[in-house]
Amino acid sequence: MNPFIEIITQPDNIAIVIMIFMVSFFMVWAFQQAFHNDRLLAAGLPVDGENDKFVDTFKPLVRIELIIALVVMVGLTIWSIAVDAPLEEIANPTLTPNPAKAPWYFLGLQELLVYFDPWLAGVVLPSLIVVGLIAIPYIDINPKGNGYYTFAERKWSIIIFSFGFFVLWLLLIVIGVFFRGPGWLWYWPWQEWDHARVVFEPFRDLSSVVGIDSRSLAGFILGAVVTGAYMIGGMVWPYMYWKKNNPEFLTQLGMVRYITTVFLFITMMSIPIKMVLRLVFLIKYVWITPWFSI
Amino acid sequence: MKSLPEITNQVKKNLIWKSIFRRDYRNTVRDRAQAVFGNVFLHLHPVQVRESAVKLRFTWGMGGITFFAYLLLIITGVVLMFYYHPSIDQAYTDIKDLEFQVPFGVILRNLHRWGAHFMVIVVMIHMFRVFMTGSYKAPRQFNWGVGVILLVLTFLLSFTGYLTPWDQLGFWAITVGTNMGAATPLLGYQGPFSEFLHITPFNDVRFALLGGALVGGNALLRSYIWHCIAIPLVATILMFVHFWRVRKDGGISKPQK
Ligand code: HEM
Repeated sequence: MNPFIEIITQPDNIAIVIMIFMVSFFMVWAFQQAFHNDRLLAAGLPVDGENDKFVDTFKPLVRIELIIALVVMVGLTIWSIAVDAPLEEIANPTLTPNPAKAPWYFLGLQELLVYFDPWLAGVVLPSLIVVGLIAIPYIDINPKGNGYYTFAERKWSIIIFSFGFFVLWLLLIVIGVFFRGPGWLWYWPWQEWDHARVVFEPFRDLSSVVGIDSRSLAGFILGAVVTGAYMIGGMVWPYMYWKKNNPEFLTQLGMVRYITTVFLFITMMSIPIKMVLRLVFLIKYVWITPWFSI
Repeated sequence: MKSLPEITNQVKKNLIWKSIFRRDYRNTVRDRAQAVFGNVFLHLHPVQVRESAVKLRFTWGMGGITFFAYLLLIITGVVLMFYYHPSIDQAYTDIKDLEFQVPFGVILRNLHRWGAHFMVIVVMIHMFRVFMTGSYKAPRQFNWGVGVILLVLTFLLSFTGYLTPWDQLGFWAITVGTNMGAATPLLGYQGPFSEFLHITPFNDVRFALLGGALVGGNALLRSYIWHCIAIPLVATILMFVHFWRVRKDGGISKPQK
């Protein structure tokens, strides 16, 4: 069989294919409604649902819930008749599969292991994702776009969230499922997995780019300066920018919210930055300390 | 021969019928309302809802679909528990038995497995919907937070279920996953600064998760109990908090400008 067909029809991967279709469908539907409402807003008209009337719960709502429940049940039943859940060989601690993959919804995090050490990729970043998600309602002080689809009224929050959700979460999952083979190396879905393949890429650390040993004191200091400059610069620069261009927004936001927002944002952006550093510039670590490396 | 309406009428006068349904339904405003708040399940809903609640376009029914998937998983999960022993000697063969011995065992297991994948997918889409309609904004900030915890619990429910068949897939997925625990700063033996707390493989986070230094019988028992009892308990309670708050925050959000 064509390896591509083979990989997407593996029983557990069918879920990912279904996810890709469902997510794409609802993404289009959401943005389509958002742009629709944006046009209404621009024309000064009420948005969808603004002049909603009330209807009885019994039966219109109960009926539609029943229909949805039936459709879902039928769909899952067909899926369960058509595809059998796999059962692999009995667990064997002495036989490590290569690659050993986490469950699919954690593959985005496993993918981060390429770019960050485990304490960051597996512990700190996931915790910050949860904290960051919970923080969203408290740091998004834009009162508009409450209770209806819109893009124009909350561009930045939607762009940032969508980047996190579609690229950093879902795309990385898809990569982990379909494009990662033995040794966590990149394989196109139509490529045969080769267990003997080794890829030698001459990774270096940031300071060695300028000829300083990253494990020397000078390298340590350089790394600290670069990391610190990113964090501190990332915290200060937006402040200066808003102070100059939109001081009112800054006052409304307040210090605590400002620090939280910007900290979460630069942490999130450190992920694509480290990806570029590694993939384009072959840089592994920015800063090496005796206790941890970043 | 009696006609159908006559039979219906007679049934409705029957003492048993009356004891269950308490009153007749006549499709009046009062009876439609009574149908909702007189029923323990339906009274999750208000008596009347805004049109967009029945139009799908706004919520896509995604929260409801997530809840439905959860109920399906509880039902199939409870039935699976009748056939399963959480011990490394029996777990794997129990699953094999489902395949070859238990009537409808295969479809039971499939429903549970695909239902779990499905729930993870739809809960993420539900979160996306809530974000896109800005429904986390005041007064719903807290309920968004409850939702995020539910999202994490959904992942953990699925994750803990992975190990239960005791096959290679689950074993190594859990090994990879819990190895992350070993990397926890301060509290994992491979994590930064853990040497200051004298953390070893035998007293760190990973040890606590697995009940040992390796994935073994204790880990299987632990994940089973997290999967079947501990997490569902918390998730169920939080779901009711979630639904309660949807009501108390004014129902499904409507445009506020
Ligand atoms: C097990 C998981 C969950 C279940 C069963 C669930 C269920 C529901 C249901 C039935 C509703 C009613 C409206 C609708 O169907 O959209 C709802 C609304 C809501 N959910 Fe969830 N939910 C879950 C997870 C989440 C998550 C992950 C979030 C966000 C991070 C979230 C945030 C909200 C908010 C803010 C509302 C109110 C929306 C509005 O008023 O428009 N929920 N949820």
